[in-house]
Amino acid sequence: MKKMLLLAVVSLATAVMYAGGYRVSLQGQKSLAMGHTGVAVVNSSELVFFNPAGLVYLENKLNVSAGVSGVFSNVSYQNEATGASAITDSPVGTPLYFYASYKATDWLALGVGVYTPYGSSVEYADDWAGSHLVNNIDLKAIYIQPTVSLKINDKFSVGGGPIFVTGSVNFNRNLNRTLSDIDGNRSEVTVEAKGVNATGWTASAMFNPTDKLRIGATYRSEIIMEARDGDATFENVPNSPLTPFPATTTFHADLPLPAEMTVGLSYEFCDKWLFAFDLNRTFWDVYESLDIDFASESVPDSKNARNYKNSSIYRFGLQYEATKMFTLRGGYYFDESPVQAGRFAPETPRNDSSNFTAGLTVNVGKNLQIDASFLYSYFKEVEASYDAYYENGNAVPFGGRYKTNAFVPGLGLTYRM
Amino acid sequence: MKNTIKLMIGLATVGLVSCDAEFDNPVTEAGFYTSGTADFTRYVAVGNSLTAGYADGALYITGQENSYPNIMAQQFALAGGGEFTQPLMDDNLGGLLLNGTQVFNNRFVLSVDENGNPGPVLLEGTPTTDVATSAAGPFNNMGVPGAKSFHLAAPGYGSANPWFGRFQTSQSASIIADATSMNPTFFSLWIGNNDILSYATSGGIGVDQTGNLNPATYGPNDITDPNVFAATYSGLVDALTANGSKGAVVNIPDVTSIPFFTTVPYAPLSPLNPAFGPQIPALNATYAQLNAAFAFLGVPERSIVFSQTAASGVVVHDEGLEDLSTALTQVLIGGGLDPGTATIYGMQYGQARQANAGDLLVLTSSSAIATVDTDRVAELMSFGLTQAQAGQLSVVGVTYPMPDQYVLVPVEQEAISTAATAYNAAIEGIAASKGLAFVDAKSRLGQVANGGVGYDGGVLTSQFVTGGAFSLDGVHPSPRGYAFTANAIIDAINETYEATIPKVAIGNYGTVTATNN
Repeated sequence: MKKMLLLAVVSLATAVMYAGGYRVSLQGQKSLAMGHTGVAVVNSSELVFFNPAGLVYLENKLNVSAGVSGVFSNVSYQNEATGASAITDSPVGTPLYFYASYKATDWLALGVGVYTPYGSSVEYADDWAGSHLVNNIDLKAIYIQPTVSLKINDKFSVGGGPIFVTGSVNFNRNLNRTLSDIDGNRSEVTVEAKGVNATGWTASAMFNPTDKLRIGATYRSEIIMEARDGDATFENVPNSPLTPFPATTTFHADLPLPAEMTVGLSYEFCDKWLFAFDLNRTFWDVYESLDIDFASESVPDSKNARNYKNSSIYRFGLQYEATKMFTLRGGYYFDESPVQAGRFAPETPRNDSSNFTAGLTVNVGKNLQIDASFLYSYFKEVEASYDAYYENGNAVPFGGRYKTNAFVPGLGLTYRM
Repeated sequence: MKNTIKLMIGLATVGLVSCDAEFDNPVTEAGFYTSGTADFTRYVAVGNSLTAGYADGALYITGQENSYPNIMAQQFALAGGGEFTQPLMDDNLGGLLLNGTQVFNNRFVLSVDENGNPGPVLLEGTPTTDVATSAAGPFNNMGVPGAKSFHLAAPGYGSANPWFGRFQTSQSASIIADATSMNPTFFSLWIGNNDILSYATSGGIGVDQTGNLNPATYGPNDITDPNVFAATYSGLVDALTANGSKGAVVNIPDVTSIPFFTTVPYAPLSPLNPAFGPQIPALNATYAQLNAAFAFLGVPERSIVFSQTAASGVVVHDEGLEDLSTALTQVLIGGGLDPGTATIYGMQYGQARQANAGDLLVLTSSSAIATVDTDRVAELMSFGLTQAQAGQLSVVGVTYPMPDQYVLVPVEQEAISTAATAYNAAIEGIAASKGLAFVDAKSRLGQVANGGVGYDGGVLTSQFVTGGAFSLDGVHPSPRGYAFTANAIIDAINETYEATIPKVAIGNYGTVTATNN
């Protein structure tokens, strides 16, 4: 009987730890205001991220852009069969970016960028209905990218550079749906890894067939964040040989930051107008499963199916130079979720979304611009479930109705001379 | 331009202010679930330990939080239900003090012994809940452990039962008066279990009082007369419905659906057991004498033989058998046994037989079987036996017939089931005449006991420790078992009152608690 109980208790205890659909498209206020297009738009050092090849076409010698966004994201959950409901109380995310480029010669520009294309911060009330999947998660990845941009001729350029990533993850969930200590406190695990470093690269090209039309393509490589010897902390575990969790142990886990291919174009018309279209393809299929390897022998390793699929984002942007002082922007993008049916997990409840953006640039003096943007992400209500959670060998789907939205105001500065 | 800026600021403001992602039809909004023709504004639960949330042989906070009335009240809150208060204990140890002296045990927890075997063990620690210092009621949960039907209406019952004494509103209060003083708009009533259960759990040592209409003369382990039950029940329902309150009444499950009676097999004596197997030839040789006497007396079915190849039934004392002590003594003397020994044998085996599939051994017998009963040793020595002789005749279930308190023999089971059938007929009849929701807990828990009931994490069964439905006392449900019960009651309420109260996911409720002292 002991063996059976041990199995029953432990097999539940390590089911899932993951992050998913954690791409955060906030890599520049000018671009964001135009639906986060930019692979074929030449107007600032945001190109370090969007298309390094374009940097060499910037008019000024020195271009610096920096900014911050405030991410106000909200998730509501309810299950109509049981009446359970939850609303996230996630902290406001503040992703930053900094780009600088310097045109060394007519055919060579050098640049550097710091940006945060992946991350997630979701916080549910502890012990909510889906607490066996997640109580809270905070995932950060900072990309640092030295960049070179080479002009082949006036119509064609290439660019790229290495990427250094440093990241961290902090994730907490309950061990299963019921395990608790003698006072009813739910048993939980926190995994934390800091200073996880990895490298990748980006390469891009820009083609200008006419004065008005630009075409761009950027590829950013997949980067696997290999967390080694992260800290796993088990709390409120019953004092029993049947639940032999150590207070702390370490873990190994790999988390992929998937590759992304972007192609797009921009077209100037009627003098003051610019239209841009980007297509992102994110190669999420690398995220098949998240496997956590705990150092402690008494904590079984955890294998968690993810089965993400590659997904596309369709981006449209429009820019209007209203006056010498103001440039107005607007945009829209449709963001396909990489999450497949039956793999909809509450820590990143992302179904397909429609995103509306707007913004403006104010010229303050000759060299300085203030860039403002606003993003509203609209997700339809969705009835979805995560089916890969197991209890005693039985799949125990966690399902319900989700409604998500996000409001993201952002401010930035552009300096050029 | 200005407008654009205004729009931007406006959008930003909207973003900061109205953040929540709202559903078209939120479950938290009034009207999503309906109470139908019922009104859950003030829900009061009346009953015994089951209603109190008693589990693992004790009452403690987390158990009370998982009482079926509290689970239901959380669901009622989605359809206009109000606050639900409970006489919470002060800790999760579970014991009860009376003026500083412990009068009830701490709870059981699942503990692993030094050999790696898990089993129920009393949780160590000094309890902090004292009858003298507990807050006075009334509370929405008026479940009182130990209460029988007629206790609910008894003024001053708190002086006899500290579980009520700890929150009675006055010395002369009755449970039902305190309950109705809350002016409930909705009630649940689950009472009558103890009217048979204490007889059952004590192995039938009490008296079947059927025919005795005066409960004041009943002992604690007696079966309540069905007419007394029916009249009492009717009075309770009248009191609870006096202000027009709606409610749900719950019938009495079979005692055979609880692990207290189904866990210990009638034939636990295995020849493979190294402590028992080698003794079999000697035991059978001794019993051969007795078996010859049984045959001579015309009761060969009472023969006691331990199999060398299969597990054998324990030897039990069956009060349903004719007492052949005297005759047996005479025959044994006639067979050449000395009168002293023959007298002792006659006394010991005058109503003895080997257990069969019709007998139910209570959970507490497992720790007694095949152990030496020291009281019996002392008793036999007082009759003149040596300590060795007395010891040989005091092995419980092997040489010393299992005393009455450990076995529910068929005649006792029949008394219980006859009374329960009558109680249930009364409950169902009263429910029908008052238009109350009737909950057939007998059949729902019967399903759990016979094959189990599937849920998203497996199958809920009555298997002790592992089945999930029962706590470690083998009598009271686990939180998951209480959640299952709450769902059964919600079903009946929804049907009777055209309400749409959602049920809970029982897989979210725990079972037994593992802890080593």
